Amino acid sequence: MSITDFLTDLLNPDLAFLPKALAIAVMSSIVCGVVGCYVVLRGMAFIGDAVAHAVFPGIAVAFVLQGSLILGGAVAGVATALLIAIFAQNRRVKEDSIIGVFLVGAFALGIVIISQAPGYAGSLQQFLFGSITGIPDRDLYLVGGAGLVILGLVLALHKEFVAVCLDREMSRSMGLAVFWLDIVLYVLVTLAVVISLQTIGNILVLALLITPAAAARLLTDRLGVMMLLAPVIGGASATVGLYLSWSYDTPVGGTIVLVATAVFLAAWLVAPRHGVLTKRWRRPSGQEPVDVTRPARLSDLAHPQDPSPAVR
Amino acid sequence: MRALEVDQLDVDLGGRPVLRDIRLHLDRGELVGLLGPNGAGKTTLLRAILALTRTRAGRVLVEGKPSRPGRSEIGYVPQRHEFTWDFPISVEHAVMSGRTGRLGLLRRPGVTDWRAVGDALDRVHLTELRRRPVGELSGGQRQRVLVARALALAPRILLLDEPFTGLDMPTQELLGQLFTSLAGEEHAVLMTTHDLVAAVDTCTRLVLLNGRVIADGHPADLQDAELWTKTFGVSETSPLLKLVRAT
Repeated sequence: MSITDFLTDLLNPDLAFLPKALAIAVMSSIVCGVVGCYVVLRGMAFIGDAVAHAVFPGIAVAFVLQGSLILGGAVAGVATALLIAIFAQNRRVKEDSIIGVFLVGAFALGIVIISQAPGYAGSLQQFLFGSITGIPDRDLYLVGGAGLVILGLVLALHKEFVAVCLDREMSRSMGLAVFWLDIVLYVLVTLAVVISLQTIGNILVLALLITPAAAARLLTDRLGVMMLLAPVIGGASATVGLYLSWSYDTPVGGTIVLVATAVFLAAWLVAPRHGVLTKRWRRPSGQEPVDVTRPARLSDLAHPQDPSPAVR
Repeated sequence: MRALEVDQLDVDLGGRPVLRDIRLHLDRGELVGLLGPNGAGKTTLLRAILALTRTRAGRVLVEGKPSRPGRSEIGYVPQRHEFTWDFPISVEHAVMSGRTGRLGLLRRPGVTDWRAVGDALDRVHLTELRRRPVGELSGGQRQRVLVARALALAPRILLLDEPFTGLDMPTQELLGQLFTSLAGEEHAVLMTTHDLVAAVDTCTRLVLLNGRVIADGHPADLQDAELWTKTFGVSETSPLLKLVRAT
């Protein structure tokens, strides 16, 4: 299918679900791209995975009660995020084990709940792998509104999130409420996951959070640039993925994630400074590579490019 | 008024006594070395001074007032491994992060803040590297970033946790000179270390700590071998004592 045909279909009133799906996919991947930067930089991918699974029982309950899937998922996800944050205060069991316990526990609860609903098999697949049909208009506004709130909070608390990411001990000494900032960040991650579930599905939603941000990290050493690149990569992957999915009749969630993964691999190979191939090309034959990321050397203080107190 | 006064401080961690009856004071212009073996409670004492850990008894006065987190009189330089060095941030922004608490919610750094960061970078001679990502710095440069981050608040008291650990001798010497000159500018500087040579060389006063204060005095006055064997739990024939006698 050509791009023109895709555009025609997007404008076709009989296919009204298609532009809706595109709008939701793009909005949620932009939000996930921004929030994902913190997830990637703090190494909290496992938490992202946990809340993605933890929203499942909420969705199951919402499905059984015919309520809003997004609201149900949000409630369950936030509750689990809070439980993880509280239980992780006990240092006897490490945080990753706590996350593991709640991740699987919540998912199991979701499976048990949804098995009580008649005809659950089809709906189960829709939850797990995403779908572009049957999105109510209400969800469009809910996702848009939630997305704006999430981005607003990120903008408002960015400086604090960065300080806590950089150095928790120093942040505490500055009087920052580290525990509450963690909770807010967990909740933001949860909400970003929840609004993305509809199109991407429960299993693959982690990719929207991690992959664009990880690709952006490979492309830049500046946080501001990274936080602009990640949503661009996410939004573009969602658009291209939906186009390919529509053209070749492939599952939409899987296709979007594959496009994002391809972008990540491309970044890994040809990123301007740190790409694997880029470094190889730049190295003149027979010479050692000039590795800008070489580990710190103790003797650097004596290095001429480093004006040290004694030199001045 | 003393810059810092610790009075009869007791701290427990996990139900076990870590610090007992700590009495310690710090004046402006002093560079005091807090020496002790691993597990002596050096970092815990710094955290208690910053009010980051719960104390069992006693009190900590910072310029005459009880200590609490967020007071800008104290600049804190935690151990280097506390910092996420692979974070995509430049030297100057890392230093600016030290002012996050002072700025408060919803406020962005203004001219005053950038001037304070510029002064701090000048002070540690990192101005030329200010746009470099922190991940590309050497160990000594990283230590100076952390010092600059503390100085960005223009504190009058500086607490340094193991600033010399993992650095080679020339780097230690340069950092020592920096701390000496900071003390010379009427800062009160307290640093923990288990590096005896560097401490004796740079500090105006040494405090030997092992759960409690075992000795407190000018390096030249701490020649008694028993103090050192008691603090570090070493035998009479330890090379440590040869070092003490040599200095």
